[in-house]
Amino acid sequence: MIVPYTHVILLGGILFLIGMVCTITRRNLIMILFGLEIMLNAAAVTFVGAGLQLQQIEGQAIALFILAVAAAEVSVGLALIVCIYRQTGTIDPKCIEGNVCRLE
Amino acid sequence: MTIYSIIFYIIAALMIISTGMAVTRENMVHAVLYLVVSFLGSALLFFLLGAPLLGILQVIIYAGAIMVLFLFIVMMIRIEPPERRASPVRHYVAVGVICGIYFGAVVLLMLVSEPAAREPMASAIASPADFGHYLFSRHWLAIEMISLLLLVALIGALHLGLSGMRRRTNKGDAS
Repeated sequence: MIVPYTHVILLGGILFLIGMVCTITRRNLIMILFGLEIMLNAAAVTFVGAGLQLQQIEGQAIALFILAVAAAEVSVGLALIVCIYRQTGTIDPKCIEGNVCRLE
Repeated sequence: MTIYSIIFYIIAALMIISTGMAVTRENMVHAVLYLVVSFLGSALLFFLLGAPLLGILQVIIYAGAIMVLFLFIVMMIRIEPPERRASPVRHYVAVGVICGIYFGAVVLLMLVSEPAAREPMASAIASPADFGHYLFSRHWLAIEMISLLLLVALIGALHLGLSGMRRRTNKGDAS
Protein backbone atom coordinates (compact mmCIF):
# COMPACT_ATOMS: atom_id res chain seq x y z
CA MET A 1 0.00 0.00 0.00
CA ILE A 2 1.41 3.35 -1.00
CA VAL A 3 -0.24 6.74 -0.56
CA PRO A 4 -3.73 7.91 -1.55
CA TYR A 5 -4.07 9.09 -5.13
CA THR A 6 -5.06 12.60 -4.00
CA HIS A 7 -1.58 13.10 -2.58
CA VAL A 8 -0.06 12.27 -5.97
CA ILE A 9 -2.41 14.80 -7.57
CA LEU A 10 -1.36 17.37 -5.00
CA LEU A 11 2.33 16.74 -5.69
CA GLY A 12 1.76 17.04 -9.44
CA GLY A 13 -0.27 20.20 -8.88
CA ILE A 14 2.42 21.87 -6.79
CA LEU A 15 5.14 21.00 -9.31
CA PHE A 16 2.97 22.29 -12.17
CA LEU A 17 2.38 25.50 -10.25
CA ILE A 18 6.12 26.01 -9.68
CA GLY A 19 6.72 25.50 -13.39
CA MET A 20 3.97 27.96 -14.29
CA VAL A 21 5.34 30.62 -11.95
CA CYS A 22 8.78 30.12 -13.48
CA THR A 23 7.39 30.45 -17.00
CA ILE A 24 5.44 33.62 -16.27
CA THR A 25 7.80 35.59 -14.07
CA ARG A 26 11.34 34.82 -15.25
CA ARG A 27 12.73 37.06 -17.96
CA ASN A 28 15.05 34.67 -19.64
CA LEU A 29 14.15 32.39 -22.55
CA ILE A 30 16.09 29.45 -21.11
CA MET A 31 14.29 29.72 -17.77
CA ILE A 32 10.97 29.81 -19.64
CA LEU A 33 11.88 26.49 -21.29
CA PHE A 34 12.80 25.20 -17.82
CA GLY A 35 9.31 26.03 -16.62
CA LEU A 36 7.79 24.13 -19.55
CA GLU A 37 9.92 21.09 -18.73
CA ILE A 38 8.82 21.18 -15.10
CA MET A 39 5.17 21.38 -16.12
CA LEU A 40 5.49 18.42 -18.53
CA ASN A 41 7.22 16.41 -15.83
CA ALA A 42 4.45 17.17 -13.34
CA ALA A 43 1.88 15.96 -15.86
CA ALA A 44 3.83 12.74 -16.36
CA VAL A 45 3.97 12.09 -12.61
CA THR A 46 0.22 12.58 -12.36
CA PHE A 47 -0.41 10.22 -15.29
CA VAL A 48 1.72 7.46 -13.77
CA GLY A 49 -0.09 7.89 -10.46
CA ALA A 50 -3.46 7.68 -12.21
CA GLY A 51 -2.31 4.55 -14.01
CA LEU A 52 -1.52 2.92 -10.68
CA GLN A 53 -4.78 4.05 -9.11
CA LEU A 54 -6.91 2.62 -11.92
CA GLN A 55 -4.66 -0.42 -12.38
CA GLN A 56 -4.24 0.49 -16.05
CA ILE A 57 -0.97 0.49 -17.93
CA GLU A 58 -2.35 3.27 -20.15
CA GLY A 59 -1.05 6.01 -17.85
CA GLN A 60 2.52 4.85 -18.30
CA ALA A 61 2.12 4.83 -22.09
CA ILE A 62 0.96 8.46 -22.02
CA ALA A 63 3.89 9.35 -19.75
CA LEU A 64 6.26 7.81 -22.30
CA PHE A 65 4.74 9.97 -25.05
CA ILE A 66 5.11 13.03 -22.82
CA LEU A 67 8.80 12.17 -22.45
CA ALA A 68 9.28 11.98 -26.23
CA VAL A 69 7.38 15.22 -26.88
CA ALA A 70 9.43 16.99 -24.20
CA ALA A 71 12.64 15.84 -25.85
CA ALA A 72 11.50 17.11 -29.28
CA GLU A 73 10.26 20.39 -27.84
CA VAL A 74 13.44 21.11 -25.94
CA SER A 75 15.69 20.43 -28.92
CA VAL A 76 13.78 22.76 -31.24
CA GLY A 77 13.35 25.34 -28.48
CA LEU A 78 17.05 25.45 -27.71
CA ALA A 79 17.89 25.72 -31.42
CA LEU A 80 15.50 28.70 -31.64
CA ILE A 81 17.11 30.29 -28.59
CA VAL A 82 20.56 29.95 -30.12
CA CYS A 83 19.24 31.47 -33.37
CA ILE A 84 17.67 34.39 -31.48
CA TYR A 85 20.86 34.91 -29.53
CA ARG A 86 22.91 35.05 -32.73
CA GLN A 87 20.60 37.64 -34.30
CA THR A 88 19.88 39.92 -31.35
CA GLY A 89 22.66 39.20 -28.88
CA THR A 90 20.26 38.72 -26.00
CA ILE A 91 17.86 36.12 -24.63
CA ASP A 92 15.68 38.52 -22.67
CA PRO A 93 12.17 38.32 -24.21
CA LYS A 94 11.49 41.98 -23.45
CA CYS A 95 14.58 43.09 -25.36
CA ILE A 96 13.73 40.91 -28.35
CA GLU A 97 10.17 42.20 -28.50
CA GLY A 98 10.89 45.93 -28.62
CA ASN A 99 14.50 45.79 -29.79
CA VAL A 100 15.23 48.00 -26.79
CA CYS A 101 18.58 46.84 -25.58
CA ARG A 102 20.12 45.63 -28.80
CA LEU A 103 23.85 45.13 -28.59
CA GLU A 104 25.70 46.37 -31.63
CA MET B 1 2.00 4.35 7.35
CA THR B 2 4.10 1.88 5.47
CA ILE B 3 7.71 2.23 4.41
CA TYR B 4 6.52 3.05 0.87
CA SER B 5 4.49 6.02 1.96
CA ILE B 6 7.39 7.35 4.02
CA ILE B 7 9.63 7.05 0.94
CA PHE B 8 6.96 8.80 -1.14
CA TYR B 9 6.75 11.78 1.20
CA ILE B 10 10.54 12.09 1.40
CA ILE B 11 10.84 12.05 -2.40
CA ALA B 12 7.96 14.51 -2.77
CA ALA B 13 9.55 16.96 -0.33
CA LEU B 14 12.90 16.60 -2.11
CA MET B 15 11.31 17.26 -5.50
CA ILE B 16 9.36 20.31 -4.37
CA ILE B 17 12.34 21.85 -2.58
CA SER B 18 14.79 21.28 -5.41
CA THR B 19 12.35 22.52 -8.07
CA GLY B 20 11.65 25.60 -6.00
CA MET B 21 15.37 26.24 -5.64
CA ALA B 22 15.84 25.71 -9.38
CA VAL B 23 13.32 28.31 -10.49
CA THR B 24 14.64 30.99 -8.15
CA ARG B 25 18.35 30.79 -8.91
CA GLU B 26 20.00 33.65 -10.76
CA ASN B 27 22.90 31.49 -11.91
CA MET B 28 21.49 29.17 -14.55
CA VAL B 29 24.13 26.47 -14.05
CA HIS B 30 22.91 26.08 -10.48
CA ALA B 31 19.34 25.99 -11.73
CA VAL B 32 20.20 23.14 -14.11
CA LEU B 33 21.86 21.15 -11.33
CA TYR B 34 18.89 21.58 -8.98
CA LEU B 35 16.58 20.52 -11.78
CA VAL B 36 18.64 17.35 -12.31
CA VAL B 37 18.01 16.49 -8.65
CA SER B 38 14.30 17.10 -9.17
CA PHE B 39 14.15 14.84 -12.23
CA LEU B 40 16.08 12.11 -10.45
CA GLY B 41 13.48 12.40 -7.71
CA SER B 42 10.68 11.92 -10.22
CA ALA B 43 12.51 8.88 -11.63
CA LEU B 44 12.51 7.39 -8.12
CA LEU B 45 8.82 8.21 -7.89
CA PHE B 46 8.19 6.32 -11.13
CA PHE B 47 9.97 3.30 -9.66
CA LEU B 48 7.81 3.61 -6.54
CA LEU B 49 4.60 3.88 -8.57
CA GLY B 50 5.39 0.70 -10.47
CA ALA B 51 6.92 1.96 -13.72
CA PRO B 52 10.55 0.80 -13.77
CA LEU B 53 11.00 1.32 -17.52
CA LEU B 54 9.78 4.90 -17.28
CA GLY B 55 12.06 5.51 -14.31
CA ILE B 56 15.10 4.39 -16.26
CA LEU B 57 14.03 6.40 -19.32
CA GLN B 58 13.56 9.42 -17.10
CA VAL B 59 17.13 9.12 -15.83
CA ILE B 60 18.52 8.62 -19.32
CA ILE B 61 16.47 11.17 -21.26
CA TYR B 62 15.49 13.89 -18.80
CA ALA B 63 18.26 13.90 -16.21
CA GLY B 64 20.87 12.83 -18.73
CA ALA B 65 20.26 14.10 -22.24
CA ILE B 66 17.94 17.09 -21.85
CA MET B 67 19.73 18.57 -18.87
CA VAL B 68 23.15 18.15 -20.51
CA LEU B 69 21.72 19.93 -23.56
CA PHE B 70 20.54 22.77 -21.33
CA LEU B 71 23.94 22.94 -19.63
CA PHE B 72 25.62 23.05 -23.01
CA ILE B 73 23.48 25.96 -24.21
CA VAL B 74 23.84 27.83 -20.91
CA MET B 75 27.61 27.60 -21.18
CA MET B 76 27.60 28.47 -24.88
CA ILE B 77 25.53 31.63 -24.53
CA ARG B 78 27.29 34.47 -22.80
CA ILE B 79 24.77 35.84 -20.37
CA GLU B 80 25.25 39.51 -19.64
CA PRO B 81 24.80 40.28 -15.97
CA PRO B 82 21.11 41.11 -15.93
CA GLU B 83 20.24 44.67 -15.14
CA ARG B 84 18.05 44.35 -12.09
CA ARG B 85 14.75 45.17 -13.67
CA ALA B 86 11.79 44.19 -11.54
CA SER B 87 9.00 42.38 -13.35
CA PRO B 88 5.98 44.63 -13.86
CA VAL B 89 3.26 44.32 -11.26
CA ARG B 90 0.80 42.94 -13.78
CA HIS B 91 2.95 39.83 -14.17
CA TYR B 92 2.55 39.11 -10.48
CA VAL B 93 -1.15 39.85 -10.63
CA ALA B 94 -1.46 37.38 -13.52
CA VAL B 95 0.52 34.79 -11.55
CA GLY B 96 -1.67 35.31 -8.51
CA VAL B 97 -4.92 34.97 -10.43
CA ILE B 98 -3.78 31.91 -12.38
CA CYS B 99 -2.38 30.23 -9.27
CA GLY B 100 -5.58 30.92 -7.36
CA ILE B 101 -7.82 29.45 -10.06
CA TYR B 102 -5.51 26.51 -10.58
CA PHE B 103 -5.04 25.67 -6.94
CA GLY B 104 -8.77 25.97 -6.38
CA ALA B 105 -9.27 23.46 -9.19
CA VAL B 106 -6.80 21.00 -7.64
CA VAL B 107 -8.37 21.25 -4.21
CA LEU B 108 -11.83 20.87 -5.73
CA LEU B 109 -10.63 17.79 -7.59
CA MET B 110 -9.37 16.36 -4.31
CA LEU B 111 -12.64 17.11 -2.51
CA VAL B 112 -15.00 15.71 -5.12
CA SER B 113 -12.87 12.66 -5.81
CA GLU B 114 -14.56 9.40 -5.19
CA PRO B 115 -13.81 7.71 -1.85
CA ALA B 116 -11.64 5.11 -3.57
CA ALA B 117 -9.15 7.85 -4.42
CA ARG B 118 -8.62 8.58 -0.72
CA GLU B 119 -7.69 5.02 0.15
CA PRO B 120 -4.01 4.17 -0.17
CA MET B 121 -3.27 2.74 -3.59
CA ALA B 122 -2.41 -0.92 -3.91
CA SER B 123 1.12 -1.31 -5.20
CA ALA B 124 1.52 -2.92 -8.59
CA ILE B 125 4.37 -3.14 -11.02
CA ALA B 126 4.40 -3.26 -14.81
CA SER B 127 7.45 -5.17 -15.96
CA PRO B 128 9.29 -3.59 -18.91
CA ALA B 129 8.44 -6.59 -21.11
CA ASP B 130 4.70 -6.31 -20.44
CA PHE B 131 4.83 -2.57 -20.95
CA GLY B 132 6.63 -2.95 -24.27
CA HIS B 133 4.21 -5.60 -25.50
CA TYR B 134 1.26 -3.42 -24.56
CA LEU B 135 2.81 -0.37 -26.19
CA PHE B 136 3.54 -2.05 -29.48
CA SER B 137 0.25 -3.93 -29.69
CA ARG B 138 -2.10 -1.10 -28.73
CA HIS B 139 -0.23 2.09 -29.49
CA TRP B 140 1.91 1.23 -32.50
CA LEU B 141 0.55 4.15 -34.55
CA ALA B 142 1.34 6.61 -31.78
CA ILE B 143 4.85 5.17 -31.54
CA GLU B 144 5.34 5.76 -35.26
CA MET B 145 4.04 9.31 -34.94
CA ILE B 146 6.37 10.00 -32.03
CA SER B 147 9.35 8.72 -33.95
CA LEU B 148 8.36 10.89 -36.91
CA LEU B 149 8.04 13.85 -34.55
CA LEU B 150 11.54 13.23 -33.23
CA LEU B 151 12.87 13.06 -36.79
CA VAL B 152 11.15 16.34 -37.68
CA ALA B 153 12.53 17.96 -34.53
CA LEU B 154 16.02 16.77 -35.46
CA ILE B 155 15.74 18.17 -38.98
CA GLY B 156 14.22 21.40 -37.70
CA ALA B 157 16.97 21.96 -35.14
CA LEU B 158 19.59 21.23 -37.78
CA HIS B 159 17.96 23.64 -40.23
CA LEU B 160 17.72 26.42 -37.63
CA GLY B 161 21.36 26.00 -36.69
CA LEU B 162 22.55 25.92 -40.28
CA SER B 163 20.48 28.90 -41.42
CA GLY B 164 21.81 31.03 -38.59
CA MET B 165 25.34 30.08 -39.51
CA ARG B 166 24.78 30.81 -43.21
CA ARG B 167 23.43 34.26 -42.46
CA ARG B 168 26.41 35.03 -40.29
CA THR B 169 28.81 33.90 -43.03
CA ASN B 170 27.06 36.14 -45.59
CA LYS B 171 27.27 39.07 -43.24
CA GLY B 172 30.96 38.38 -42.74
CA ASP B 173 31.52 38.39 -46.53
CA ALA B 174 29.64 41.64 -47.04
CA SER B 175 31.54 43.59 -44.43
